Amino acid sequence: MNMMTQTSITDDGRTIGGVQMKVDNISLRFGGVTAIRNASFDIRHGEIRAIIGPNGAGKTSMLNVINGFYHPQDGTITFKGEKRRDMRPHIAATQGIARTFQNVALFKGMTTLDNIMSGRALKMKRNILWQMLYVGPARQEELENRKFVETIIDFLEIPHIRRTPVGKLPYGLQKRVELGRALAMEPELLLLDEPMAGMNVEEKEDMSRFIIDINEEFGTTIALIEHDMGVVMDLSDRVVVLDHGDLIADGTPDEVQKNQDVIDAYLGVAHD
Amino acid sequence: MLYRESGQFKTSYDADQAVFPILQDRLCIIAILAFAFLAVPFFINDYWANAVLIPFLVYSLAALGLNILTGYCGQLSLGTGGFLAVGGYSSFKLMTSFPELDMILVLGGAGVTTALVGLLFGLPSLRIKGFYLAVATLAAQFFLIWLFYKVPWFYNYNATGQINVFPREALGFLVTTQKADPVVRYLFTLSIVVVFALAAKNMVRGRFGRMWMAIRDMDIAAELIGIRPFLMKLTAFTVSSFYIGVAGALIFSVWLGAAESGETYGINESFLVLFMIIVGGLGSILGSFLGAGFIVLMPIGLKNLLVDWFGMSAVFAKHLEITTFGVLIIFFLIVEPHGLARLWQIIKEKLRLWPFPH
Ligand SMILES: Nc1ncnc2c1ncn2[C@@H]1O[C@H](COP(=O)(O)OP(=O)(O)OP(=O)(O)O)[C@@H](O)[C@H]1O
Ligand SMILES: [Mg+2]
Repeated sequence: MNMMTQTSITDDGRTIGGVQMKVDNISLRFGGVTAIRNASFDIRHGEIRAIIGPNGAGKTSMLNVINGFYHPQDGTITFKGEKRRDMRPHIAATQGIARTFQNVALFKGMTTLDNIMSGRALKMKRNILWQMLYVGPARQEELENRKFVETIIDFLEIPHIRRTPVGKLPYGLQKRVELGRALAMEPELLLLDEPMAGMNVEEKEDMSRFIIDINEEFGTTIALIEHDMGVVMDLSDRVVVLDHGDLIADGTPDEVQKNQDVIDAYLGVAHD
Repeated sequence: MLYRESGQFKTSYDADQAVFPILQDRLCIIAILAFAFLAVPFFINDYWANAVLIPFLVYSLAALGLNILTGYCGQLSLGTGGFLAVGGYSSFKLMTSFPELDMILVLGGAGVTTALVGLLFGLPSLRIKGFYLAVATLAAQFFLIWLFYKVPWFYNYNATGQINVFPREALGFLVTTQKADPVVRYLFTLSIVVVFALAAKNMVRGRFGRMWMAIRDMDIAAELIGIRPFLMKLTAFTVSSFYIGVAGALIFSVWLGAAESGETYGINESFLVLFMIIVGGLGSILGSFLGAGFIVLMPIGLKNLLVDWFGMSAVFAKHLEITTFGVLIIFFLIVEPHGLARLWQIIKEKLRLWPFPH
């Protein structure tokens, strides 16, 4: 039996497909610091995959490797059947990988609407001469994309801040706008780096709901870094655990929670 | 509540995306354009055309160009004078090589030439950023000025080293040399600037504007949504230089009638246009006009006030002008980096609510 190509149905009735992304023996070093050591795991179509681990475990670095921002010294990444060592970030974007950042990376001087519209960059093709005239195709393209973006704005319940420069928004809303920008790319794989960090309980609940809805309604695969174990247990289908750059566990939330290495890592048992 | 947004519900995204979505803004701009096209020609004379209106317009165009590169795309350039020179000299070469060519085509050709030169000097932006890029553009400034001084071909081997304009027409109207009617020269410049301003507004509110601002605000995130920073910086350099090239050509052909590389297009010009966008507002089309207006008009206003009214010596007034200049630049850099355009915005927001405080 080959797990890789098998389709399964989850308890809540979602379909999880075959492998979409495979990370093989990735090692990433910064000078003397090893951020990731020989890590391998996979992400399957339509699943919510959590990546957890203590501070400095290499979680963010792993996302950076996946979307081409960091270039690993060893190992390969296979996305949609294409195998490579590394890629340029804009190629990853073309391939359908979107992400949000641990410390919100919005375009501060632009409004919510423009930030999310900029997520449509790859979907818009009209050249600069059309843009100068803003007639015919350029206008058409702008309006079509605006319409799409408005559905995202409604979905995320942020119509009231449409015209607000994002620099002026509270942190929780900024995170939401950043999610909107990623969604505007219509990604196949969505990477979320601590989407709920710094949020209050209510905001966390909203964000959890959005993540579930994105996954269910659009079938988007999600890889999620999160520190709140309750959230991880609720949302994710499978969990990867990193510790000091090592992949120490990989399995369902239940399995991972019972794993002795994981418990030790979180309790801060000394490393040898 | 003369100025308000409420009650004006947009029924379509098309209406919402319009250049001036608010009715009062639209009326205001129509009034200004009507005044500029229909009323001004009645009282204009040589003094108003040469000392006030045409310089205001050509510097607005240059400021628009620099604002695209620096205000929208975030790439600081100190090479504006050099690019203005490319525009001026290429318009001279075009009008002397093809005497029959309509001035509109001469300006277009000068713009395209400058755009290509801008593209070339934008290439280092692949590798260098911020301060170092600014230094590279400064090098471009000095190189270009040196080139137009050293290579006599550019000024047709004229013994004085100057370039002088010839009588040329646009759509059958004489627009260059002092023989041209100031009304015609003014209207010609005005029409070009209005068309360019509209095109700029269209660019910055659409796809390219967003990509430029994305690079400016956070280039890493921009790259991860599929924007190619280098490509966008190059388009910004190219488009910006096109604008500046046309402005440089207008300075030489329609405004001054003569030019000499270092004199007309020196490093001072680079700073002058930079100050305009800082004072007017980085990343604002309106700000480009406000800044140009302010910096062109302030010396004239101060001179009238200090010399003619208070009877100060011209030299002292000049010093005071330079000091005021410096103080204002520092004020805007520290207190209001978005310049006059932002102050105007704040006034509008107050008006929107007035007379009710909430
Ligand atoms: N650009 C970089 N240059 C040098 N070292 C880096 C860089 N990025 C990450 N590191 C190092 O790699 C290790 C892993 O960092 P990473 O940010 O991936 O951790 P993390 O699991 O995301 O932690 P946190 O939970 O705090 O976000 C750390 O020791 C960090 O200092
Ligand atoms: Mg992290």
